[in-house]
Amino acid sequence: MKILYFAWIRDRIGLSEESLDITDDKLTVSNLMDHLCTLGDGYKAAFEDRDVVHVAVDMVETTHDASLATAAEVAFYPPFTGG
Amino acid sequence: MIKVQTEDFDPGAELDALVDGHTDIGAAVSFVGYMRDRNEGRGVETLTLEHYPGMAEKALAEIEAQALARWPLTASLIIHRVGLLNPSDRIVLVITTSAHRQAAFEAAEFLMDWLKTKAPFWKKETGPKGDKWVSSRSADENAAQRWTASSDSKTKQD
Repeated sequence: MKILYFAWIRDRIGLSEESLDITDDKLTVSNLMDHLCTLGDGYKAAFEDRDVVHVAVDMVETTHDASLATAAEVAFYPPFTGG
Repeated sequence: MIKVQTEDFDPGAELDALVDGHTDIGAAVSFVGYMRDRNEGRGVETLTLEHYPGMAEKALAEIEAQALARWPLTASLIIHRVGLLNPSDRIVLVITTSAHRQAAFEAAEFLMDWLKTKAPFWKKETGPKGDKWVSSRSADENAAQRWTASSDSKTKQD
């Protein structure tokens, strides 16, 4: 699974993307964030206030309880500020 | 039509190109968003616009499709720039065209309100006090919400 990070979430983690091999049919976005937080302080800082962490699975915005069983690409980002 | 690009755009040339060949257009509305040198009381020297390639184009196309479904538009265009921008640089262009002005005005406002809150772009400001990622504004969220409320009462789609 490819994981992408944008804006200040990327800055805190220090990576714009990475690949993780997780085979778990019950994996959700929340579970993935829990797992990522075990990888280092940057991840903990990025996910400390999960209310402002938005997520897209395969380029479609979804919620933290969404399943990642068939996900190829997961993106984490703060609220949009374009325009 | 959707374009995400680093280059500047010429609003007049884009408008002419969009209208060219359409004899049924009676109204065109264009909106240009520019970079300001101040934001929320703070000086801003440069602005970096980041996007999620692939999803940004997809989101803009979906927003444009919504506008085309809600209003009788003849043609529309959204250009959003990304990368490093300086004060007074153009950031975004929205053009809507229709037989009559009301649809064009409303659809242009709708496109801007929705693209600010529903398309994956992020702004980072650089100023005398360092870098700052721009926070989302509740005013923008409220502006986007009003179209959801009115669509429920006025139209029957979805």
